Amino acid sequence: MIVLAIDTSTDAVSVAISNSKQLLASSHVLSDRRHAEQLAPIIKNVCKQADISMREIDVVGVDIGPGLFTGMRVGIASAKTIAQVLDVPIIGISSLDILARSVATTDRVVLATIDARRGELYWAMYRNDVGSSIEVKPPVVGKVSDCVADVIDRGQATLIVGNGALRHRASISESLEATGLSIEWANEQLAQPSAGVLAVIVAELALHEQWQTAAELQALYLRAPDAVINWQTRVNL
Amino acid sequence: MSSTIGDLAIDSSTVVLGIETSCDETAAAIVMGGNDVLSSIVASQLEVHARFGGVVPEIASRAHLEAITPVISQAMQKSGLSFDRVDAVAATVGPGLIGALLVGVSAAKSLALVLDVPFVGVNHLEAHLYAAMLDDPNVEFPMLVLLVSGGNTLLVEVREHGVYKIVGQTRDDAAGEAFDKVARFLDLGYPGGPAIDALAKTGDSKAIDFPRAMLNDGLDVSFSGLKTAVINHVRKFPDSKTNDIAASFQSAVVDVLVAKTLRAAENLGARTVAIGGGVAANSQLRSEISEACARKDFHVVLPSLAMCTDNAAMIASAGWHRLRLTGATSLDSGAYPNLGLTVAQR
Ligand SMILES: [Zn+2]
Repeated sequence: MIVLAIDTSTDAVSVAISNSKQLLASSHVLSDRRHAEQLAPIIKNVCKQADISMREIDVVGVDIGPGLFTGMRVGIASAKTIAQVLDVPIIGISSLDILARSVATTDRVVLATIDARRGELYWAMYRNDVGSSIEVKPPVVGKVSDCVADVIDRGQATLIVGNGALRHRASISESLEATGLSIEWANEQLAQPSAGVLAVIVAELALHEQWQTAAELQALYLRAPDAVINWQTRVNL
Repeated sequence: MSSTIGDLAIDSSTVVLGIETSCDETAAAIVMGGNDVLSSIVASQLEVHARFGGVVPEIASRAHLEAITPVISQAMQKSGLSFDRVDAVAATVGPGLIGALLVGVSAAKSLALVLDVPFVGVNHLEAHLYAAMLDDPNVEFPMLVLLVSGGNTLLVEVREHGVYKIVGQTRDDAAGEAFDKVARFLDLGYPGGPAIDALAKTGDSKAIDFPRAMLNDGLDVSFSGLKTAVINHVRKFPDSKTNDIAASFQSAVVDVLVAKTLRAAENLGARTVAIGGGVAANSQLRSEISEACARKDFHVVLPSLAMCTDNAAMIASAGWHRLRLTGATSLDSGAYPNLGLTVAQR
């Protein structure tokens, strides 16, 4: 089974091709918000490196967010359309799930974080079980201090991964170390979710046919558009 | 005209899939040979923006992402063709809302990639010029086009395919913007154009003598003084009838647009006069411009209402012409929110 995996939910453009057994080719470049320019040529290139024609793709995997709204939409619109034209299923995975899976060998609780800007984070928590990660706290968006409070509440040795917490590393470390909690930071190379990890998750789910059609797949924003937030505030006054 | 890209000859059998997501309509269409519209699907987001009184970019982008797949499916289905019959994919690359544009551009590039056909980026304003020709393919050049929408008020000379000169434009508000702002002030809701058009039919267009700015002065227009005049009038005469205000305001806009269009057409020695854009759906503008053109013996093109507002058939049509004129667009190109009409195409 040939998997095409696409991840553009952070400032990286990440693409991978795998078969059921192994990664055939991948690319992971920092994009500086040029996802739309870079993605199509990178897909073309990765297919070429893997010696796969696009028509051979059996399932498309995509990071559905949370993350950069415009970036993730470039990836999702592309993945949906590729799946639609090829008439193959699509599997959407959250950016936080992909991050957690990239550190699935730790026996600590995993705090996966994505930068939400404005001093906020998207985060979720996971536990590992024989190489796969299980969500123990569903994804939310909130202030860095709320995320720290969440970790303190749980009171367990924690591994922190993702560009969200990294952006606030000093203050998070300080707050958590003050409580005596055991904290470990994942390698900074894992700061952005990677299509290589996504391809592995997608291949597993595809075996169980846990997929959707291109039309069904939805983005995971976690944060409403500003206009809606302002509108609700106004209505509630 | 004949042209080839790689092995592909661009001719009357060339099938272009067009995609439009620059503002608040998600649209896809199949057009053969540049003017044979096999399907044209438009999913409007009007309702989701109405309560905000205007298009909200982030909401528009989200709605495009949800609509893009079904809209493309419906366009294919209605055309009776399969994806394998698509020879090229065209998408609006600007001007427009960047996040909205990128949904359509990403979908179009993916189609081009999988089908291994050329991608062509289309200028939305150029597409509006082709919308007029889609309904009347026998237009003769030179043609003068009045392009009036929420974002644009342009007088464009078209001497031949792909050769444009902007000879007049607004110095402040676009015509559609003036309609929206006045409608909001009069509590007529959003969008303002259709609301004012309907109400004006019941009012007296001579009730209030609103200013016709720069009526006899060049080809540029200005609507902000008119908007202020409406507001001042309502403040001064709170009891005046809304339908009279709507009718008098609309007449002022239409008088200016018709006068400038005719003057520009005479300057050009135009054989054809066409209108396009959302405001070209205005009933008074349509009737007065066709009367004026008849008096001066200009062939006039009034596109169907579906071709005035944003659609993807015009994108596919413009894409077909772009392929012939300048060839395919590179897959590493982007979207250009402020793209102008006369900017050289990549
Ligand atoms: Zn338009």
